[in-house]
Amino acid sequence: MQLFPCPFCGPRDETEFQFATEAGKTRPEPAAEVSAERWTKYLYLKDNPKGPTREVWLHVTCGEFFLMERDTVSHAVAGSQALGGDPR
Amino acid sequence: MTRRYSAWTLAKEGLRGHAGWQPAWRSPAPKPSYDAVIIGGGGHGLATAYYLAKNHGIRNVAVIEKAWLGGGNTGRNTTTIRSNYFYPESVALYDFALKLYEGLGRELNYNIMFSQRGVLTVAHSEGEMEIAARIVNAMQINGTDAELLTPAQALDKAPLLNRDPRARYPVFGAVWQGRAGVARHDAVAWGYARAADGLGVDIIQDCEVTDFLVENGRCTGVETTRGTIRARSVGLAVAGHSSVLAAKAGFQLPIQSYSLQAMVSEPVKPCLDTVVLYMGTGTYLFQSDKGEIVVGGGLDRVPSYAQRGNPPMQRTVLSGMLEMFPSFGQLKMLRQWAGNVDVVPDSSPLIGPSPLPGLYLNCGWGTGGFKSIPAGGWLLAHLMATGSHHAVSRPFDLDRFVTGRLVDEAAGSGIAH
Amino acid sequence: MTARRISAGGARPIPFTFDGKSFSGIQGDTIASALLANGVRVVGRSFKYHRPRGIVGSGAEEPNAVVDVTLAGKTTPNVRATTEPLADGMAVRSVNAAPTAEADRAGFLDRFAAFIPAGFYYKTFLWPDWHLFEPRIRAMAGLGRLDPAHQPPADSPSINLRCDVLVVGAGAAGLAAARSAARAGGRVMLVDDQDAPGGSLGHRPAVIDGMPGGVWAEAVVTELRAAGHTVLSRATAFGLYDHGLVAVWQRRTGLPDALWQVRAKRIVVAAGAIERPLVFPDNDRPGVMSAEAALVYLRRHGVLAGERIVVATNNDKAYAVAVALHEAGAQVTVADTRPRGTLALRDGVEVIHQATIDGVSGARGVSSVTVSGRPIEADCVLTSGGFTPTVHLFCQAKGRLRFDEAIAGFIPGDPVAGMAVAGAANGAFAVSQVLAQGHAAGGGAGEPPRATTPDDTCAVAAAWPAPRGKARQWIDFQNDVAVKDVALAARENFRSVEHLKRYTTLGMATDQGKTSNMNGLAAMAAITGRTIAETGTTTYRPPFVPVPFTVVAGRRRGEFFNPVKRLALENQHRADGAVFREYGGWLRPGWYGTGQPATEIAREARQARATVGILDGSPLGKIEVIGPQAGAVVDYNSYQTLSTLKPGRIRYGFMLTESGVIYDDGVVSKLSDDHYVVSCSSGHVGGVVLRLEEWRQDRFDRSQVFVHNSTPQWATLTATGPRSRDLVAMLGLGVDLSDDALPHMSFADGSFAGGPARVSRVSFTGDRSYEIAVPTGTAKALHLAMMEAGRTLDAVLLGSEALLLLRAEKGYIIAGKDTDGTTMPHDLGIAGPRDKRAGEFVGKRSLFTENALRDDRQQGVGLTVAEGEPPLPTGAHAVETRGGARRSIGFVTSSYQSPVLGRPVALALIERGLSRLGETLDFVHLGTTRRATIAPVCAFDPEGARING
Repeated sequence: MQLFPCPFCGPRDETEFQFATEAGKTRPEPAAEVSAERWTKYLYLKDNPKGPTREVWLHVTCGEFFLMERDTVSHAVAGSQALGGDPR
Repeated sequence: MTRRYSAWTLAKEGLRGHAGWQPAWRSPAPKPSYDAVIIGGGGHGLATAYYLAKNHGIRNVAVIEKAWLGGGNTGRNTTTIRSNYFYPESVALYDFALKLYEGLGRELNYNIMFSQRGVLTVAHSEGEMEIAARIVNAMQINGTDAELLTPAQALDKAPLLNRDPRARYPVFGAVWQGRAGVARHDAVAWGYARAADGLGVDIIQDCEVTDFLVENGRCTGVETTRGTIRARSVGLAVAGHSSVLAAKAGFQLPIQSYSLQAMVSEPVKPCLDTVVLYMGTGTYLFQSDKGEIVVGGGLDRVPSYAQRGNPPMQRTVLSGMLEMFPSFGQLKMLRQWAGNVDVVPDSSPLIGPSPLPGLYLNCGWGTGGFKSIPAGGWLLAHLMATGSHHAVSRPFDLDRFVTGRLVDEAAGSGIAH
Repeated sequence: MTARRISAGGARPIPFTFDGKSFSGIQGDTIASALLANGVRVVGRSFKYHRPRGIVGSGAEEPNAVVDVTLAGKTTPNVRATTEPLADGMAVRSVNAAPTAEADRAGFLDRFAAFIPAGFYYKTFLWPDWHLFEPRIRAMAGLGRLDPAHQPPADSPSINLRCDVLVVGAGAAGLAAARSAARAGGRVMLVDDQDAPGGSLGHRPAVIDGMPGGVWAEAVVTELRAAGHTVLSRATAFGLYDHGLVAVWQRRTGLPDALWQVRAKRIVVAAGAIERPLVFPDNDRPGVMSAEAALVYLRRHGVLAGERIVVATNNDKAYAVAVALHEAGAQVTVADTRPRGTLALRDGVEVIHQATIDGVSGARGVSSVTVSGRPIEADCVLTSGGFTPTVHLFCQAKGRLRFDEAIAGFIPGDPVAGMAVAGAANGAFAVSQVLAQGHAAGGGAGEPPRATTPDDTCAVAAAWPAPRGKARQWIDFQNDVAVKDVALAARENFRSVEHLKRYTTLGMATDQGKTSNMNGLAAMAAITGRTIAETGTTTYRPPFVPVPFTVVAGRRRGEFFNPVKRLALENQHRADGAVFREYGGWLRPGWYGTGQPATEIAREARQARATVGILDGSPLGKIEVIGPQAGAVVDYNSYQTLSTLKPGRIRYGFMLTESGVIYDDGVVSKLSDDHYVVSCSSGHVGGVVLRLEEWRQDRFDRSQVFVHNSTPQWATLTATGPRSRDLVAMLGLGVDLSDDALPHMSFADGSFAGGPARVSRVSFTGDRSYEIAVPTGTAKALHLAMMEAGRTLDAVLLGSEALLLLRAEKGYIIAGKDTDGTTMPHDLGIAGPRDKRAGEFVGKRSLFTENALRDDRQQGVGLTVAEGEPPLPTGAHAVETRGGARRSIGFVTSSYQSPVLGRPVALALIERGLSRLGETLDFVHLGTTRRATIAPVCAFDPEGARING
């Protein structure tokens, strides 16, 4: 049972969270100018690192998406921060 | 020395203290080069080596395993073998594997204990029975065995199922695939390893690949903790760590790694004769030949390479089991473990050339790697030997994520596999 | 002679039976101590060879004494006799033996043991077929018998606890740790798997702080409890999980067992150590026991393990056992594997040095032992091969072990943050050292406890198993793994520890290898000429002991497994005769009335088309999107542009995934330029909210738009049918219901019962319809008012099934039923936004992939069948035969008998369906074939006259 730090609510049980995506993906646009390969890279390809990783998570109970740095092997959580800067 | 396994050789060896059995496989030092190198000494990698030697006559082959053979997902799954899929591409793949499994023990001269006791997928509402009918019809059209069962027929297959009509997930009927079943997972790895070794394949354990040799844009071998090994063709069969090796080779895959847990009870006398899955709970279970109730369910929620269980999913899986079989509430959990699986957006495998020429992929099996071992090996061997797809593997090429031609079982059947 | 009770201490007798024979134990007995006291030697049969086996241990390590227990009509299989308290009237039955453990019919199997070594089943049963052998092998396998009538307790509580220090084990080390942690001021939890605290202090006397060990232990626990700390007995910390969560299984008397989930800032592991057996020929005879266990039975239960006892040891700790047994009246011989002992023994105890145990006689119980070639008459052999520290939690915290030659075992290596290991678990066996380590591990606060008794000496000299000719030297008792099986594994190159375990089943039994793993590893090391450290160690996965499934599962059972959502008006519907079914997670009226479902559903559907139907549509989503960027957020998440609506108007649209697939459909109402209400499918509310949130937060100025799910605050009652306007008019909502003021796809705000009421003119039936949304508090009043108004209009209550039928007549899809995970909007003939819409929206790029542009996609169509034929089965596939090969080209997604049209209607997804109108295809279902003709999706009122008229 992992504890994840929601930047808005503090440490909470992992069952309250949902994994969204790896951090740092920018949606390629406009659609008409995006090659199939580029769209595939955005939509499907992943680094999926073994070890430290930076991800976007959703705290389902408060509805906020946020960034979290953690380790996919040890499960240690290095920290988290709100997506759009400081929580408001 | 005795090599052949049979009741006769067992009796003969029994009379002399089993002193004459040969090693099941050798432990050779790696040679500097091979015709083909397969990374990953699990079921898929070992089967690939076996079929390279047997189907294609390529015997100068090495399987490179970073730890001990069969120690990854091959030895960490719940051993179910089935082909109850919706799309023709899926049925072609998984039924191919099932058919190979049907003759595998004798082919390998190794009892893999494939027990075709049937898989019962239970539906809980009229709506789910409509989906069940859709699946059964698809399976029959695609040429595999399937039946749609009434509640009475379903309960007859598994008499201890929850009969309470007020159950959260009552038995409304079921999909039945009688040829499906379970096998002894270690035996599949060991059987392929022994047979491949017998055909001249070098199985090199405790040898980790640290990098790929790339010359003129082509993969020409691997760097390992036991030296450089060159190869004309390199296969990658390291489900659970595919992205890690892909990163070394310089490309990304559409894979996220997750833990998949399973657990067993203490052994009890026979009380369940089939494999049972509930659409409603996602829990599935069967009784091993040893008597243990083997229980599995969905993936953990958190992407991970940890290979260990976590209580939230245990609770979900086991509370699901108690809903299905209330009487199993008297049993205790003896062991629990987790595998590390490659989860692909459409939950279908990736078989085909990788973005690095000379390197071929067999990965992305999600929760379904064990049941596919013979087919996965056969198809990767075909690719490595011929450089081109077998008809069965073509739909599972990486290019489907560019063309959009996904093979998404959950999309078609509403059931994630 | 055998074991017997030498002192009952006046305890109350407890009658019980074993394998049908009546016996009597006493209060305080475990099943095992009671069986020993009654001289029962054979308590079970081994898993494979059905060899007679007796009690070996005294705790969780016991491999042999596994029994089925029936008490008060409830049977529990595979109970460990050494840890289960005896209770009045218990019926205890041996497992894996028939009819009794003593006279097991399958005992002959041992004579064939030479032919069924480790892994024999991999080598045979290939001809003619495994299926011929499997049922017989299954019947032979398994231990206890499941009680098919068993009902688990309805409730297995889970208790969460946070503390500063969690101490695992209430022996001398754990008590010292808990006391110093408590004195430092933290909140402490102490858990121990025994009935009483003290650990080995209960059978190895010591004086601590001037008190006998047992008294000191009680005093520490009393002090802890008085200070408000949590002390649990009969509670096993069985696993350590991510982020330091420790799971504890607490056995409770008269209550269901509980699961404690503990998070501590620091964990002290003081879980002790388990004695290993010495491995020698026929060391599995009933009457061969752990020396430490014999001391437990003597000191705690007044049971003497035998009359003539040989104590085989490689260490000093067993000398105390020898002395105690001698003092209790047994004739004792010590067989020490070492050249010289470090202890002097008193008169009357013979010590044989450099002893080898050559064999044990007595199939049903020890009769003699051969020590260094000399037969010694004996009824009991106690063995001590040293102690294996219990380091499971340390390893689960990712601690690494190191092999310690001094204790001949693995002990914790480098420390792990937040954890200390103390006492025997850390390889410390002398009481003073144990207390000192415990005290330090607890933080070192307060006066350390002091033992005033001299320390036992604990010297040990490794005596690992090694092959000895044809002799059978057992390592794993329950699973029948002997040294020669390890040798066979090595010969066949199963040399890695994991291969050894899997090939021979070593350590895979219900005792989880507590006494066998170390010996097996050492045997492999000896056979392969490697050191133990080189050979490796096995993984210590949870659980430490088998834990009831109910305890792990906790409270999520029955209706709590996945609770259904319930309507505010559920009781009204029940009173109206509704039969409930689950739809998209909601419990909703499927139909009303007690007749045949099909008849009732047809009646409702027909009546709703004739007059007016009243329907509870509350689960439909009502998600408000508010703020200056509301229109942009809604547009971005929709296939159709919605912000161009006039306020007061409603538009139908799709929400896509980024893969371009239809996720949901629904209608969006525009209240104003900065306020929209998204009405999605009832089963998709949560998902739609998250999609809106995801993009709101990632793409838009979050201060300029807000998403609020108001679904639970509103109840929606719908009137549908030709008389629906008449009905709504009678409700006095203060809304102009004229078609000019309130045309189809518009809404107006009125009031009801002093609160707001929004009337939306949308239709899911194809008839004129009004959805009236009111706060849930006034839902009942509105329902009653509609029923009252409906009385004069011959209105009918409409369940979900009739609604499903009506919408299918009209060709309205249900996302996820009539679409699948590949369906894109253009597959339903709605290609306008894809072709013409400028700007970005979710899923747009994916509508232009090679696959999306294929011309053979499955498309949504209707189906008709020949006159007089029944409806097609939902799930039937359309097939095409080409070159003798049959393939599916689509399937029926919805199918009903339409009472109004008097014929079946159906919807389907068919390859190139939209270009096949009028084509007749074969449909197969469970081996039968029907013919059906592709038709437009809309079978009822295609001109749309009724929806407006």
